Amino acid sequence: MSEDTNIKSNNKQSGFKVAIKNFLDATEIDPRMLGMIIALLAIWLVFDFFSGGRFITPRNLWNLGVQSSSVAVMATGMVFIIVTRNIDLSIGSMLGVIGMLMGILQAEILPDLVGYGHWSIWIVTLTAGIMIGVTIGAFQGSLVAYLGVPAFIVTLGGLLVWRGAAWWTTSGRTVAPLDDNFRLMGGGINGSIGYWPSWIVGIIACVAILYSIVNARRQRKRFHFPLRPLWAETLLAFLWSGMVLGAVAVANNYYLPSRVAAKIAEEKGLTIPEEGLFISYGLPIPLLIAIGVVIVMHFIATRTRFGRYIFAFGGNPEAAELSGINTKKLTIMIFAIIGGLAAIGAAITTARLNAATNSLGILDELLVIAAAVIGGSSLSGGIGTIAGALLGALVMQSLQSGMILVGMDSPMQNIVVGIVLVFAVFIDTLYRKHAG
Amino acid sequence: MDMTNKKPLVEIKNVSISFGGVHAVDDVSVDLYPGEVVGLLGHNGAGKSTLIKILSGSYKSDGGEIYIDGEKATIKTPRDAKAYGIETIYQTLALADNVDAAANLFLGRELTTPLGTLDDVAMEAAAREVMGRLNPNFKKFKEPVSALSGGQRQSVAIARALYFNARILIMDEPTAALGPQETKMVNDLIIELKKQGIGIFLISHDIHDVFDMADRVAVMNNGKLVGTANTADITKDEALGMIIIGKVPENAIAGSGASQ
Repeated sequence: MSEDTNIKSNNKQSGFKVAIKNFLDATEIDPRMLGMIIALLAIWLVFDFFSGGRFITPRNLWNLGVQSSSVAVMATGMVFIIVTRNIDLSIGSMLGVIGMLMGILQAEILPDLVGYGHWSIWIVTLTAGIMIGVTIGAFQGSLVAYLGVPAFIVTLGGLLVWRGAAWWTTSGRTVAPLDDNFRLMGGGINGSIGYWPSWIVGIIACVAILYSIVNARRQRKRFHFPLRPLWAETLLAFLWSGMVLGAVAVANNYYLPSRVAAKIAEEKGLTIPEEGLFISYGLPIPLLIAIGVVIVMHFIATRTRFGRYIFAFGGNPEAAELSGINTKKLTIMIFAIIGGLAAIGAAITTARLNAATNSLGILDELLVIAAAVIGGSSLSGGIGTIAGALLGALVMQSLQSGMILVGMDSPMQNIVVGIVLVFAVFIDTLYRKHAG
Repeated sequence: MDMTNKKPLVEIKNVSISFGGVHAVDDVSVDLYPGEVVGLLGHNGAGKSTLIKILSGSYKSDGGEIYIDGEKATIKTPRDAKAYGIETIYQTLALADNVDAAANLFLGRELTTPLGTLDDVAMEAAAREVMGRLNPNFKKFKEPVSALSGGQRQSVAIARALYFNARILIMDEPTAALGPQETKMVNDLIIELKKQGIGIFLISHDIHDVFDMADRVAVMNNGKLVGTANTADITKDEALGMIIIGKVPENAIAGSGASQ
């Protein structure tokens, strides 16, 4: 009798497993990615419970998005670095020196040339910053590619050199305030796009999702390849659009402080209704920048020759070389990209602070590496996804702000983050052994 | 096979390369005719693979010349070699394990859409077509090649060499990792390619792999050419003698590495 029930429950279990496998096969959802999304939601629920419902609120989620942006931007570049079996320890220091130089440029040099508050200041500053970042990155990359110095050492040197340079440029003085337009990149009250523009962005994104699903199906039909079942396509379309529209709804449910709203109403000559005036923040600009970077980097990784070479080189450097790929140029370009992304990260960070200080980006290299690694990038090379890095950045930031919300002591916070990093990689290793 | 009327496809003339004072290849000359299989024999470390890597562009020779179709060829990179129609199946297969068969097949020569992006669907279609001819049982087009068996991986490497219309094929120990059935598949393929007029360098340290397939053998030892011979003119034992003690039989042409 008991044997009987055992067999039954076993059957049931394997039936369940088969069902999950069929589901994943049909939708072609990467199980690792699904696992990470579930882990992220679990973290949110746990913190929400222990903070008495203060974690999953529009306000906190909005802030989470803003705070994750800088690390997310840089983590996408770190994916390429790690996939090619390199590492970049200098990214926090690069952020520091580029932030400082951009600060000086917009606060002390450009106003004298074009006038204070001129519209072009932020464009010139950001362009210069990205060019400096690309140059620094390409320089470090060429040391790795041509001199054969390991990336670990080159960028360890860079960590010290660029941090020192950040300090040296102003002798440690903080540069502030920054250009008003530049500051929009940091989020905040003006740095969000508002109610209707947010919905428009959301709807455009949904249309793009639909188009890409339909287009992929048409392509596969053209060559008579097996297609995903229609229900799976529909489900994916709903899932993705739902996530996009959900994010917009959250951002639009976070309102400006009532005093700020009142001031805006006064300026525009509006009367404040009795129940109070609710003006939505909408999607924050830094988050939009991060999402834009993620889309571009994902495109590079999956749809271009350059991206294909990055992964092939990471999987087997010798094979890449024998295939005629210029691996030295590839290495330099990858490091140049992460330098450019460090500049974007620096723009977001300094804009948010409204200042450039020489402590900018300290320890960011570890957050960025952790985000990429938690996001599934393998330090042995060849494996990693851009979407994973974004999720990794969200996981890291969720942990940090969640622990602050529940009032955990600072030393404990570091201990938890360290343990989570090792644990996440351990789980990933287990999964890989099991799956591969 | 009668070669007298044909023009050689490849002439390697007096090629040398050394690494840190060691002459890995020392003044070696070998040629290859269309539709001919030349077995390159010798111990491990005799310089066979090094010689072939010079031809395939992964090493730059210190001296000597290579002629393709009678014209002097400049081969500095693997890309140069491929432009001359030289394709190589490496002993290590040189596959990127983390990407799928189609990505490996087209590595370095991807098909792109008019917008310049990867045309993965077209590449997969081409991969299905060529693999269908080569190894009809091959079904794992979506998986990274690390998930494939030794024979399947080998067929991906072979498909890569054949897809781009190779005229000169270099096979470095092509059957070393294969079972009897897969070895037969490769041997049948070599016969088929010979008929199409493709010239093949077949490298092995095991004479039994090569002797029956090759029209001629070239034997190397310590980086030098011991000698060359038509397989019809010598016995397996004589060929073994060339490999082991550098003794060149009467019907063979002695090189600088011969023991006498």
